[in-house]
Parts: sequence; structure tokens; C-alpha cells
Amino acid sequence: MVILMGNIQEENKNIEHSMKEVAYNLLKNKEVDLIIGYAKGTIPLSSSPSFIINQKDVDNLIWDNLCHVNLARYVVPPITKIIDNENIPLKVGIVSKGCVGRSLIHLAKENQVNLENIKIIGISCNGIINRKRIEKELGEKEIIELSVMNSEIIAKGVDFVKTFFFDDYLNESCKKCKIKAPPMVSSQSNVIVGGSVESSSGEDDFSDLTEHESKTPEEKWQTIVELLSPCTRCYACREACPMCYCNLCFVDQNKPIWFGKTTDMSDIVSFHLVRAMHVAGRCVACGSCSSACPMGIDLTFITRKLEKIVKQRFDFTSGLSFDILPPMMTQKMNDKEDFMIGEH
Amino acid sequence: MNEAAIENKGEIKQWNPKIIAFLCNWCSYAGADLAGVSRIQYPPTIRVVRVPCSGRINPFFIIKSLMDGWDGVVVSGCHPGDCHYISGNLVARRRFAILKDLLDFFGIEPERVQFMWASAAEGERFAVLIKKITKLMRKVGPNDRFKKKW
Repeated sequence: MVILMGNIQEENKNIEHSMKEVAYNLLKNKEVDLIIGYAKGTIPLSSSPSFIINQKDVDNLIWDNLCHVNLARYVVPPITKIIDNENIPLKVGIVSKGCVGRSLIHLAKENQVNLENIKIIGISCNGIINRKRIEKELGEKEIIELSVMNSEIIAKGVDFVKTFFFDDYLNESCKKCKIKAPPMVSSQSNVIVGGSVESSSGEDDFSDLTEHESKTPEEKWQTIVELLSPCTRCYACREACPMCYCNLCFVDQNKPIWFGKTTDMSDIVSFHLVRAMHVAGRCVACGSCSSACPMGIDLTFITRKLEKIVKQRFDFTSGLSFDILPPMMTQKMNDKEDFMIGEH
Repeated sequence: MNEAAIENKGEIKQWNPKIIAFLCNWCSYAGADLAGVSRIQYPPTIRVVRVPCSGRINPFFIIKSLMDGWDGVVVSGCHPGDCHYISGNLVARRRFAILKDLLDFFGIEPERVQFMWASAAEGERFAVLIKKITKLMRKVGPNDRFKKKW
């Protein structure tokens, strides 16, 4: 990774400080009615989304390597002013790391949000720590404090101190992330906070998928079964996903019942298969589905494949620009047909 | 010709896959009809479902069919540019491209789900392709991995 490894914690503190300042001013000048950001969680290693309407509460906002929620989730369906009976949409400021900004741009393209009502408070993110892996590694021991120092994660408990290498304990999607800060849409909706906006260049070669792709179907199925068998179908992945905003999800539909509610592998796999199908060309690979999973399933394995399909077939990366239509919203006469069967 | 008849004749004594075929009303369904009317022989492995357009086919249909134990799925529509609804088959093509790649990634043999174009005049082509698909499906074998167990 090409992040400046100066001091991650210090960098985050700087961002946090200027973010609070921006949020304070936005609320004070009545440019926004509501700020959506992160606040401290109730247990160590956690953060919770925070909704601030009063400028004196701005101090609750935090920014660190544990803010895993994709906040774009909270603006679809659009939040309206409840006290106002004309349903005027709220003006919202959203603390956005790269993936949140990309989700917002994509949602705007799908006409789910109006960027005129949204201030993107863009911050540069250097990756989210995968807390489930750290918790798993520590077993029964309880962490009281977690800090990041010089590319090392330091976990402190009652009678132990353990260090982890920062790069290894990031979320899978963050390891491969190339867009650290939200792309600019317009000067009206963007406010950039903190350091320079860096997006490491270089084409993604998806080399991490080649191992799985070279397997036989039988082996692939085994891998998928191993990956998904802990799934209890709580649908936390769906709830955390900013792209899953359907009024009635296909799994809740009961006329007709497409898929059963059992824990039969074929029911579980088909849920993940169809969900993947539904977010194809829309997923921004924020990894909030795997962060939300209570069973610790790494769903980025599937979203990564989606990224690859969409990139290779349609040369598209979601949420980067406002002008290019997503692949599933448009079609061309001369799309590739190599997957179809012909006489020869 | 039913399966028993084939066995009695001693022509083919091998496993016959059960394939569900979603055919578009305007081209492929008429194409299949033409194949029948012209008495072109093709294996009795497909069961036809008539749909208004290949764009009507939700990926649910395909996945649900596999879950219900069909050995294979064939989707056939009009050639690009010939769609009765202008661009239904183009929409479908993008959808199927992604679905096929995903099914492959999930470990369902790519041969099991096939997409093809056949116009109303191509009875011959329809028969040839069904023959080809049946052959492929025989090689892959029955669908016992993705079939719902209970």
C-alpha cells in the first residue's frame, strides 16, 4: 500500500479535528439541518452512527480506523422533515470516506438521493480494522483500549498488551481499495476535510481471484459451501448495504415464495447469489456487509468477483463519475456474446 | 417420442437430462414450432415455457429452476435488433452475462445454463443447438449439487 505511514493515529486526529470544525460551521450557518457521522461505540472496538442536529453536540463526532458503517445507508429512503407537513427533504451533511462518497454518487444516479440536499464532508480514509479477526485472535480476552501507532495496532487489556501489523488486519475490501476519499461531484455538495486526496493509481488485476477461478466446479462449490455454511440468514448484510433499499426484498416476498427459509445450502447459496446479482454494477465494495455479518463471513469474496465481472465485461467502476450510466441501466447493440452458445 | 419409446427402439440407452427452456414468444417459440412442423429431429429433453420476451426472464426463474432439480436451463430469444420490444433482448444479454459468470464462480457448471438466439425462421438452428446442449448436459451429469434436498 502506498499510504504515508507517518502516523495513522495522528493523521486521524487531524482529520477528526477539522471535521468537527466543518460540521460546526455547517450547522451554525444553517447550511445543513443534520449531520450524519460516527460516534464512539458502547463497547471497545466499535463505533456507532451518530445523528447531530445541534451544533453543541458536534464534539461527539469521532474518526478512527473502526468507523466501518457505510453512512449512505441512512439517506435512502430520503429523510424528510417530520415537523414540516410539506415533506421538504432535510439538508444533510454526511461524513464520507471514499466508499460512502461513491455510494452517494451512485444513489444519486439511481435517483434515490438529490445531491443538492447533501453535503459530502469528504475525508481521506486509510482503512478499517477488521475487529472480528482481532477478537478471534484474542479469544476470551477482553480488549479495553485499541490504538494505532506507526503501522501497528496495539490492543490493551487488563493484563496483556498485544500488537498486530496494521496492513494485515484491515478489512479485505480496504486492502484492495484504491479510492480513499470521495470523488468530487460539484463544489456545492463537496467539502473536503484534512489532508490531500490520494487515490493510488495502477490498474487492478484481480489476481487474488485467480486461485478460486482456476478450480473445478466441484471445488468451487466446496469453497462456497465452506464460506457460506455459517450463514443464519439474519439479513444483516442486506440491512447494512446502502444499495439494498427495495421496499420489499425478494426474500421477504411471499407471493410467490421464491426461496425457502431453511438453512439448506441451496437456499443459503441462492440468497447470496441473487443478492450479488442485484448489486452487480452497483456495489462500491465498501465491505460493510462483511463488517455487519455476526457470523464473520467474508462477503467481500463475492463482491470482489462482481467488481471484476463489471470491470472486465463493461469497463465500469461504480460510483466514480456522475456522467457514465451503470451497466445494468443501459445496453449496447454490440455487447460481447462470448458466453452464448452458437452453432460452431 | 417419449423416453420409453426410445429405449424400446434401442436407439439411445443413456441418461436423458431434463432441461427447462424459456422461449421468447416472437422468435424462439415460433422457431421451435417450425422445427416441429418441419419434422426436424432433436432430443426430447426440453420442456418449453413460453415467455413474452427474453427480457422478461428474471434470474430468479433460472436459479429457482436449478433449485427445483432441473438439470439444465436454456434461455432463447430473438437475435439482437429483432426484438419485438426494441431492446428487451439487449437488456437480457447484459443480465445473463453477469449471471453466467456468477454461477460459474459459485461452482455451478457453466454448461448447465445456456443462452442462445434463434429466430422464427431458424428451425434448423434451434434443433442443432438443442442437440448440442443436450450433449453438453449429458457430459455434466445430473444436477444434484444445487438441488434443494428438502
